Amino acid sequence: MRRAGQYITGYTVHRIRVNEKISPNVGKMIVEAPDVARYRKPGQFIMLRVDEYGERIPLTIADVDGEQGTITLYYQIVGKTTEQMSRLEAGGSLKDVAGPLGHPTEIRNYGTAVCVGGGIGVAPIYPIAAALGKEGNRVIGVIGARTKELLILEREMGQVCERLVVCTDDGSHGRKAFVTEALAEIMAAEKVDIVVAIGPVPMMRAVSEQTRPSGIKTLVSLNSVMVDGTGMCGGCRVTVNGEKRFTCVDGPEFDGHQVNFDELMTRLNTYRDEEALSMREHRCRLEGGRS
Amino acid sequence: MKEKIPRQPMPEQPPAERVRNFKEVPLGYSDETARLEASRCLQCKRPTCVDGCPVRIDIPGFIKAIRDGDFLESIRVIKLTNSLPAVCGRVCPQEEQCEQLCVLTKKGESVAIGKLERFAADYEREREQLEIRASAERKNGRVAVLGSGPAGLTAAGELAKLGYRVTVFEAFHSAGGVLVYGIPEFRLPKAIVQYEVDALAKLGVEIVLNRVVGSAGTVNELLAEGYDAVFIGTGAGLPLFLEIPGENLQGVYSANEYLTRANLMKAYKFPEYDTPIARGDSIAVVGGGNVAMDSARMALRLGSKKVHLIYRRSRAEMPARVEEVHHAEEEGVIFQLLTNPVRFIGDEKGRLKAVECVRMELGEPDDSGRRRPVVVKGSEFTIDADVAIVAIGNGPNPLIPRTTPGLALNKWGNIVADEESMKTSRKGVFAGGDIVTGAATVILAMGAGRKAALAIDTYLQTGEW
Repeated sequence: MRRAGQYITGYTVHRIRVNEKISPNVGKMIVEAPDVARYRKPGQFIMLRVDEYGERIPLTIADVDGEQGTITLYYQIVGKTTEQMSRLEAGGSLKDVAGPLGHPTEIRNYGTAVCVGGGIGVAPIYPIAAALGKEGNRVIGVIGARTKELLILEREMGQVCERLVVCTDDGSHGRKAFVTEALAEIMAAEKVDIVVAIGPVPMMRAVSEQTRPSGIKTLVSLNSVMVDGTGMCGGCRVTVNGEKRFTCVDGPEFDGHQVNFDELMTRLNTYRDEEALSMREHRCRLEGGRS
Repeated sequence: MKEKIPRQPMPEQPPAERVRNFKEVPLGYSDETARLEASRCLQCKRPTCVDGCPVRIDIPGFIKAIRDGDFLESIRVIKLTNSLPAVCGRVCPQEEQCEQLCVLTKKGESVAIGKLERFAADYEREREQLEIRASAERKNGRVAVLGSGPAGLTAAGELAKLGYRVTVFEAFHSAGGVLVYGIPEFRLPKAIVQYEVDALAKLGVEIVLNRVVGSAGTVNELLAEGYDAVFIGTGAGLPLFLEIPGENLQGVYSANEYLTRANLMKAYKFPEYDTPIARGDSIAVVGGGNVAMDSARMALRLGSKKVHLIYRRSRAEMPARVEEVHHAEEEGVIFQLLTNPVRFIGDEKGRLKAVECVRMELGEPDDSGRRRPVVVKGSEFTIDADVAIVAIGNGPNPLIPRTTPGLALNKWGNIVADEESMKTSRKGVFAGGDIVTGAATVILAMGAGRKAALAIDTYLQTGEW
């Protein structure tokens, strides 16, 4: 039952409990969203809007606290919206949070599961790794980032994985390797039943190519451009196995062997110029305000 | 014999001016013009116009009140059966409903029923004089309304007036459904929608935004958690595409996405508002309905130099309102009729640069009774376009059907509901609007919302299904 007075008609306050930088370009936010916290399952996402002028952006739900009615989000500071998020303080609020959206990850006992997370992709892979472990899988984690300070959730991943391989491109922490190299070694050493890979598109494509010859089931989670997140706009359409699918209501996870990654890359670049302009103007205003 | 009064035109922003702004195009009648137009009504004893109205407004009744200068009485008459007259006066296809059946149509021009309806509604809204009449009697029963579009708003309003406790769940951050995300400001000012939503709130309807029922809780859970009935009015939420090569290039939009960015997200004010939209020099819109016209006219206002509207049949078969077609043409939209796209052509970066089309001719009638367009062999040609907008309709959104066991669907995935009671196959669950009919009109959705409210009242009072 919803608590009486929980909603002011037409408006719900999503109070921020925690907002902190966990790396130079990644923030962690814990925010009140009781409906989302109540219904969310691993693999699902929300749409959020920072303020009245804001864009709606999708973000994976990394964790929930049902009792507190809060959700945990990790966001990479890549554009105006996420930059604004990084400036919000505990006690402040987000204008809108809608979700959970998308199909949950199909959690069952596959046997040995390798969870590969690259960059910010470690945030969505973490709850999936935890859920797969709970279901009795032997979970091996592979996480990577360009350099040590960009690596997130290493400790948390360590807690839910039987084994965790940490890679950095520059060797500043863990192994100097790409996640694909670590995955290749694991695949050579033992039988892998499922791979879940979340990260930059080139990484997900590379992992999918790597597992294709042996036919290991490979799930990827796509970060398509979305407006509503409920099937209405079709902006998130991707080609999977030659068919048009909507990331929001058919995904966000798809069989990596069937996704047309080239097309996804192209569509992700649709607003590159506008995003740059938006960020530039935002920075100008911020700097103007300081002087 | 007195001189015959011609149908009174409504003043409009001139085309050259209005394509540079987003303000409403028709400006409304003055009191005098409205009374003059109302005086044209013959006050038929057996008014055929009413038969053409899906919500059976007492048309001669409200027009007589306008004629007599009692404008508040006229809106009171309208609101007995139509809870959103300011909307309907603007977006209903009157020429194929009430006005088509007006006796004067045979003699020349019908009474401008839609424009008079708009006048009455605007008069009241601008003065905020009409008190909202909720039933003094509170009735036992809580109703959940899913979706805040025309069907949901109407059902919620009627139920609240009957004395029920109503909660509307809306997936977006703003209430109004297609009235806010789909229909542009220049055709339906958003302040009007907000006024209607506020009126619901004043009636005591609780409106919960950002709540995607089907994903955040299910119909079953609502029924288990204290709601006695559920009305599903979630609309036609899944855009159809042409399924031709190149449709996923950058710059190809569904009309839903294009209009939602422009309207709901205010991309026309980018970068003041954060949501971007592709602004091309040359635009190709595919489709012949109101949504296609809205998209084409929006593209002009976003600064496009050339806007082509590609439609596979001829002008006579266009499903859009006559007024929308007329406005689009006045504003300079280039009509490519009897034309069908076969391929979107991109550049090396994956951006749209042209649409390859073929010319069509009309053959034998198809199932819809309209003559089927067939390809003219060897007629391929290309239209340069950096943005294309596909406006060929919507399928039903899967979120509610997928999560509501036992809810009967038809072969297209629309919810099956009784035509009169809007009852579905699930006890206590009613549905209406586009989720039942497939893409239709605002007024039909409202009619369904109204019928459902009455049926819900009966169900809650008798307990009989």
